[in-house]
Amino acid sequence: MTTATTPPRPATGAVGTSHIRLEGRDKVTGAARYAADFPADGLAHGWIVVSTVARGRIRSVADTPVLAMPGVLAVLHHGNAPRLKEDFSGTFGPDATTQILQHDRVPHAGWPVALVVAETPEQAREAAESLTVTYATEPHDVDFRPGHPAAYTPEARPVRPAAAEKGDVEAELAASDVVVDARYTTAEEHHNPMEPHAALAHWDGGRLDVVDTTQGAHATAQDLARLFGLDPAAVRLRSEHVGGGFGCKAQVRAHLVLAVMAATLLARPVRVALTRAQTFTLIGHRSATAQRVRLGAGADGRLRALEHTALSATSTVQEFVETSAAYGRSLYDARGHRTVDSVVPLDIPTPTYMRAPGEAPGSFALECALDELAERCGIDPIVLRGRNEPAVGPVSGLPFAGRRLLDCFAEGARRFGWDGRDPRPGVRRDGRWLVGTGTAAATFFAGAFPATASATAHPDGTFTVRIAAADIGTGARTALTQLAAEALEVTPGRVRLLIADSDFGAAWVAGGSMGTRSWGWAVTLAARDLRERLALGGGVPADGLTVRSDTTQAVGALAARERHSYGAQFAEVAVDPGTGEIRVRRMLGVFAAGRIVNPLTARSQLTGGMIWGLSMALHEEAVRDTASGTLVNADLAGYHIAAHADVPAVEADWLDDPDPEDPVGIKGIGEIGAVGSAAAIANAVWHATGVRHRNLPIRPDRVLTAERDRAGHR
Amino acid sequence: MTAPTSSVITLHINGEPHTLTVDHRTTLLDALRERLGLTGTKKGCDHGQCGACTVLLDGRRALACLQLAVATEGRAVTTVEGVADGDRLHPVQQAFLELDGYQCGYCTPGQICSALAVLEEHAAGWPSAVTADLRPEAGPPALTDDEIRERMSGNLCRCAAYPAIVRAVARAAQERPGESGTVAA
Repeated sequence: MTTATTPPRPATGAVGTSHIRLEGRDKVTGAARYAADFPADGLAHGWIVVSTVARGRIRSVADTPVLAMPGVLAVLHHGNAPRLKEDFSGTFGPDATTQILQHDRVPHAGWPVALVVAETPEQAREAAESLTVTYATEPHDVDFRPGHPAAYTPEARPVRPAAAEKGDVEAELAASDVVVDARYTTAEEHHNPMEPHAALAHWDGGRLDVVDTTQGAHATAQDLARLFGLDPAAVRLRSEHVGGGFGCKAQVRAHLVLAVMAATLLARPVRVALTRAQTFTLIGHRSATAQRVRLGAGADGRLRALEHTALSATSTVQEFVETSAAYGRSLYDARGHRTVDSVVPLDIPTPTYMRAPGEAPGSFALECALDELAERCGIDPIVLRGRNEPAVGPVSGLPFAGRRLLDCFAEGARRFGWDGRDPRPGVRRDGRWLVGTGTAAATFFAGAFPATASATAHPDGTFTVRIAAADIGTGARTALTQLAAEALEVTPGRVRLLIADSDFGAAWVAGGSMGTRSWGWAVTLAARDLRERLALGGGVPADGLTVRSDTTQAVGALAARERHSYGAQFAEVAVDPGTGEIRVRRMLGVFAAGRIVNPLTARSQLTGGMIWGLSMALHEEAVRDTASGTLVNADLAGYHIAAHADVPAVEADWLDDPDPEDPVGIKGIGEIGAVGSAAAIANAVWHATGVRHRNLPIRPDRVLTAERDRAGHR
Repeated sequence: MTAPTSSVITLHINGEPHTLTVDHRTTLLDALRERLGLTGTKKGCDHGQCGACTVLLDGRRALACLQLAVATEGRAVTTVEGVADGDRLHPVQQAFLELDGYQCGYCTPGQICSALAVLEEHAAGWPSAVTADLRPEAGPPALTDDEIRERMSGNLCRCAAYPAIVRAVARAAQERPGESGTVAA
């Protein structure tokens, strides 16, 4: 640890001022290279073959005729693939989805059953599509539904337990003046980063050299080494530019496993890229959810009971829980407080973390239920939040490390024009449109993971900082440069920041809104330490002066607090009751999310998250055919994500949110924008139409059905 | 006697001729990326659904993943690598850069090529699905934000940088020669 010998001074003003992305020029000229953009001498191309049945065993893989096709180099399948570590446990714990081509079981449709490698992509594709695989099929169940007999509540999860309870919910509900009991559902969602996963692997002088698209080069390299039983030092993995992640690029995936297998067997460079359709079954997704919220309150809206239960689906391969019900644990207090997440294993691909995991669907249900409570109590929804502001963590009892939720609402209300809003639903018309406004709260935890960084001073007065961070579009590269410059007390132009190389040492992934917080901490410590050493005099040797940092101790010493970012989401919608069309007219989010390093890129990240909420509220829905067990809309035409024409003026801004106790002060902004935004839209749809839409997405047919039901025609 | 499965073709890309032998199955996208080292044009879906591979073909926007390389012989292809004038960025690129019209950058080459075409199409008086008045005497529509959103809707951005992309296109439109105040805010 370092000791500050001089107080920090605003030498550069770098942090907190807008900087265009350092890699921006490369991105607008096409020079930025992503995983599938790297050439290699003697490159061979792998094409993955996936199962067409939802459950069963592989009977045969007819590789002989395929091997005779032009350019085909290899057909890998469970009968000939290299063995992996069966008990693999990686950065995120045990992960049986990595066991590619290790057995004849087919756990879901779209599971990898073979890899065809050929000289050209065209040859590989034709050969892969020619490969006949036969199966012994078994009955499957892909039907996610509440009350499924196989549902269970997972025990003893180290982070975020599945269940938390205090007080007596039933007694408090019985004693309440007003009770809201409502059920909500959200649809299965898929990350769909614009860049499909791809990896290029080859052995170079005894080292495995990999270019992958990953949210954490070091973590993925370590996991890869563990999976293949390699010396971790023998694996180098880079991911200079990553075309979006959102949670689906944090783990070792099939393309990477297969690229390494093929490169090893063929002793030449092999690239494996997923097709868009394959990304719907091989990289995880967000489960559909079925949720129930029961709120009990006095006539004044003060909560007595809060119960939130949620069910999500997982696979038979690996348990993953979408922790929707955990959302309210730090946000709203009640004497009876019960939040339980359950999960049901189905014959579907394994879900994973997806932007605001738990919080996105959980906030939809709870923030809509709060709106229903406000309506029932005849209280403005913002006033209702004000009456339920806890002094300490409702379940934990811990103090808050800053909680400016009500300030966000006040500032947002002022800017959105909320004051004087007519609370009555269904009374504002604009031509064929019914118009309404809605609001919701947002919160996301601000965690931190240990990271290491190095900072080098060069004789010419410039600096190089290295950290195995990832910039998946967050702006981390630029923000970390600004932080390093601040700590070094130089202008950012004198700092060269290198990222996304596993050789730079341990660092947390770009995930959980913890990337820039965790990496920024390590970068700041290394840079500050270097500045202090330089201040002692002695000059810089010709080969530079390097110091390293490791935040393991500092992160461990962080006092236990309810440490979260907050936000107030606002939306205005117009609904055409004749066609069922919903247009979002404007959105505003006001956030308190710690120190904002780069306002230019922070705004993009926050509005991007809010638009994810819009997309969740109105568009995204993966539909599974129960008969075949496959998705019926596994492409970007059938699975609609918000496009330009869906997105109105979206504004995001923030309040100062200092935490003097926190050594970094950054809380992370990757997810908070995507929390509560779907609820704000759903609440606005109610305000426009008078109908509560509790099932996402709010499709035109759902609007029309609701209108028909209201009109009494059955 | 089987028909040949490859041909020697000459592609005209960013003003330069490139002669190569291509498999007839090779798309323009794969020819650019795998054969010519022009990896700025991105593969997002390979199905014509995302817009990431948008290039200009004889000045009109086209999806390189839906175009066979052999079918583009003799046509002028402009990719993102050919948009800037040497080291000087095109105003559309400059606006994306300064206004943060991207995040991860993967859809950006396609967005930029599309934006170039949007400005051309608009300048040529083409209406869009949201143009209110289609009578000839109404003249070309103002390039409002809604017009930009509609015309750019073939280019998906999962980071959802849409608001900044619209601002960037609007600014680039205002900087067109002879443009003065026809753009509604």
